[in-house]
Amino acid sequence: MQGTQSTGSPFAPHTAAQRDAMLEAVGVETVEDLFDIPEPVRFDDEFGIDARTERETRRLVRSILERNDDLTELLGRGHYGYYVPSLVDHLADRSEFLTSYTQYQPEVSQGFLQALFEYQSLLVELTGLEVANCSMYDAATALGEAATLADRVRSVDGHRVLVPDLLRDGRSSTLENYVAGTDLVVEAYPSDDGTVDWEALAELVDDETVMIYAENPTVRGTIEERLPDIGDLAADVGALFVLGSDPVALSVLERPADVGADVVVGDASVLGLGTSYGMGLGLFATREEHLRQVPGRLVGVSEDATDRRAYTLTLQTREQHIRRERATSNICTNQAWVALRTAMHAAMLGPSGLVELANRGVTRATDLAGRLDDLPGVTAPVHDRHHLREFVARLERPAGAVARDLEASGFAVHVVGDHEIQVCTAGTTDDELDAFVASLEEVGR
Amino acid sequence: MSDDPTPADDTRADGEDARVRYDQARYVEDGQYEPLLSEKDLTRVEVGEESPLPDDLTREDLELPELSEPELARHYTRLSQMTYGIDSGPYPLGSCTMKYNPKFTEDVAALPTAAVHPDRSPGTIQGTLELLYRLQDYLGRIGGMDAVTLQPPAGAAGEFVGIRVAAAYHEHNGEAHRDEVIIPESAHGTNFATAALGGYDVVSLPSDEDGRVDLEALEAALSENTAALMLTNPNTLGLFERDIEEIAELVHDVGGLLYYDGANLNALLGRARPGDMGFDVMHYNVHKTFATPHGGGGPGAGPVGVVEELAPFLPAPRVREVGGSDDADGERGEPTYELFDPDHTIGKVHGYQGNWLVLVKTFAYIARLGDVGLADASAMAVLNANYLASQIDYEIPYGPFHHEFVASAGEQDAAEVAKRMLDYGVHPPTTKWPEIVPEALMTEPTEVESKATLDRLAAAFDAVATEDADTLEAAPGRTTARRIDQTSAARNPRLSWQALEDD
Repeated sequence: MQGTQSTGSPFAPHTAAQRDAMLEAVGVETVEDLFDIPEPVRFDDEFGIDARTERETRRLVRSILERNDDLTELLGRGHYGYYVPSLVDHLADRSEFLTSYTQYQPEVSQGFLQALFEYQSLLVELTGLEVANCSMYDAATALGEAATLADRVRSVDGHRVLVPDLLRDGRSSTLENYVAGTDLVVEAYPSDDGTVDWEALAELVDDETVMIYAENPTVRGTIEERLPDIGDLAADVGALFVLGSDPVALSVLERPADVGADVVVGDASVLGLGTSYGMGLGLFATREEHLRQVPGRLVGVSEDATDRRAYTLTLQTREQHIRRERATSNICTNQAWVALRTAMHAAMLGPSGLVELANRGVTRATDLAGRLDDLPGVTAPVHDRHHLREFVARLERPAGAVARDLEASGFAVHVVGDHEIQVCTAGTTDDELDAFVASLEEVGR
Repeated sequence: MSDDPTPADDTRADGEDARVRYDQARYVEDGQYEPLLSEKDLTRVEVGEESPLPDDLTREDLELPELSEPELARHYTRLSQMTYGIDSGPYPLGSCTMKYNPKFTEDVAALPTAAVHPDRSPGTIQGTLELLYRLQDYLGRIGGMDAVTLQPPAGAAGEFVGIRVAAAYHEHNGEAHRDEVIIPESAHGTNFATAALGGYDVVSLPSDEDGRVDLEALEAALSENTAALMLTNPNTLGLFERDIEEIAELVHDVGGLLYYDGANLNALLGRARPGDMGFDVMHYNVHKTFATPHGGGGPGAGPVGVVEELAPFLPAPRVREVGGSDDADGERGEPTYELFDPDHTIGKVHGYQGNWLVLVKTFAYIARLGDVGLADASAMAVLNANYLASQIDYEIPYGPFHHEFVASAGEQDAAEVAKRMLDYGVHPPTTKWPEIVPEALMTEPTEVESKATLDRLAAAFDAVATEDADTLEAAPGRTTARRIDQTSAARNPRLSWQALEDD
């Protein structure tokens, strides 16, 4: 019956004879007899959705998505279009990985469990923290979970969560939703030339502060210079220091454990996923002392009945399916397959490849900023800081108008102020950057 | 492998060979399964020396495996072979709806035009917005809901949106005092955890002797403090809550909202809609109902539908159609799509717009099946569950059920039954839940299994049903790993290869 629609779902394999045999075995005349739905709430209408062949469906989706403009994206601010090696697509798409469920039967899930264990290990090396879970949804939800963790593990009276004023809306708004059911109150602290205004922050921190959040690099692509001091501020009042970052940045930037970070969150999908309209992979790592308060799934090592090393989900009594309303989080379905892809991409790069990718992000951002600065009507970078991947440029013309003109010539950039755009080099080629510089020269003044 | 223990006996007690088994590929080298990447290589790179950044802003070094592409290809191929997926065999996990995932949806999600940055201006991603808009529309029709958001990245995230929307709605109406959410004891654990995350007190609702909502208990639980009742229908026993109209009336009478947990929607497509049953807000587990691969635990997506009254509170932004402008001949042009923030939005629950690629697959699946295919999927899911149930020896205490049933392993330990079923080459059902059935085996074959496969599954159930405790305890014998000691994993947590070095 494959390929035709009149008989129903193309993925239900029953022949008419088999249906009849099954109905007889069950003891009913028709399938409808099996639906125990009271008449008043039965749906006798139609959705009005036409069935299509596979070929027609592919054509439909392709024709819809072809309405997307083909632009060179110089976009970042937390979501990066790094090239993903073919190995990742081909091996992650192996159907055993793609079509398996959560590893509740570890004896038949050893491969995926080991891959997730290796992903956790990658994050342990990158952060220097002892515990990493095997995924939250994205950076924003991981930040929300960090705040509820702080609420659980900090015994101070206060409820203040301090975040940078530059925090992007998706993260701050998600954080607000996560803390809405708690007593936590989110407050923004000021920034100074694109990084933390440490003096202002020090003024704000008090013994009612349960969490200080900072990002490295910041949403503007600048590198934080006072992380150890922020760590000290947090430690002095017993607050959790939560640091936002990502696996590429962590390959070269100061190790979170060394600057006093208690929790690292961020988007790990910068490796392995490419641009995907914002799909993510929430990174979450913390110190061993918070192990039993960690949200999400953890893969641990054990032994099987032959004393061989084996992997299993562990400490599940923290999780919703066991602990219900006393769980550390409500997360169930997570981003496991993206974690697999991230681990594969990182393994493909290896330590030298990761470091090279991150260093290239520094040099290319610096170089491009220098080239833009040479253009009439453009000043870059706006912040007198070190940058990774991206930077802010100031324009004489209104930024919105410049961005529209750039779009018309095939480039997408962020508008971050009346006269400011943000430009990201991640995932771009040198030729694309050359063409961009030429375009901005045209429209920038 | 010479050091392999003898597989457990595979004959049934009555002497008949069950013949339902296959052995998973597995690798053993020097007494160990596939080595960790870190055991193949660890290379330390000095970072400070290489970096264009000043030393005080960089880490000292980075130590990770540095392997060739062929080595990695073999590593991950072997790991995949040590993983059981729905493409490996039947996967009748109750409530999880593990159905076959068509391959063409992977291809459409991989189209280069699907790969866009979330900060692109709406005018340059009309295709993405159109697809989202059309999916919102599809889901609204399927659920009988007036407005849909696609932002939640999973079912539990959808529940959270439902709870936050309910809170915002009550607060908007000056009823912020409502601080209780009522949840049946048999509900998914996420319901309880979500209500707690939303700051609500959970009021647990017992089932009646038929396994459904106890109306008297519900009446007793409802009050002016009720914010919402969270309900799965059919419930986790696969039973349709026949009193749904009365339940809705009771909840609405005290000013509460009725929340539909969409985990079991696969049973109802084209036959009943949550909106018609009186539900005010629902989530769709698109990875279950509409067949997008579970990916070893995700990603999924949990769109939320609401009735008109609640639409202003949905997460921002949503997508809407702006009528195509008239051209010179008065012909309507192609419609355009824009993002907008609902008037009283709760804000965001994800950094961007959720799990986009999962939504592409969902759209493609719905567009492929259409009305007829979706309704047939439910019909066959229900037939399959009823047929399988009719063929197994274990007792099924509650009925009539829809797409899943909960059998009781009786004197046997359900978790042990599951381990032994692995030896018969099939994935076992969900076990020991819901707790109202002793030693529960919660089974959901879905519509994609053939009669022959269901007969194999039934043979596995029945073979295990006759086996003694010793046999079950020795299982599994033919899987990649033998029985794994979960207690020691929790007692002595080793969660990274770095932790193994400390042993």
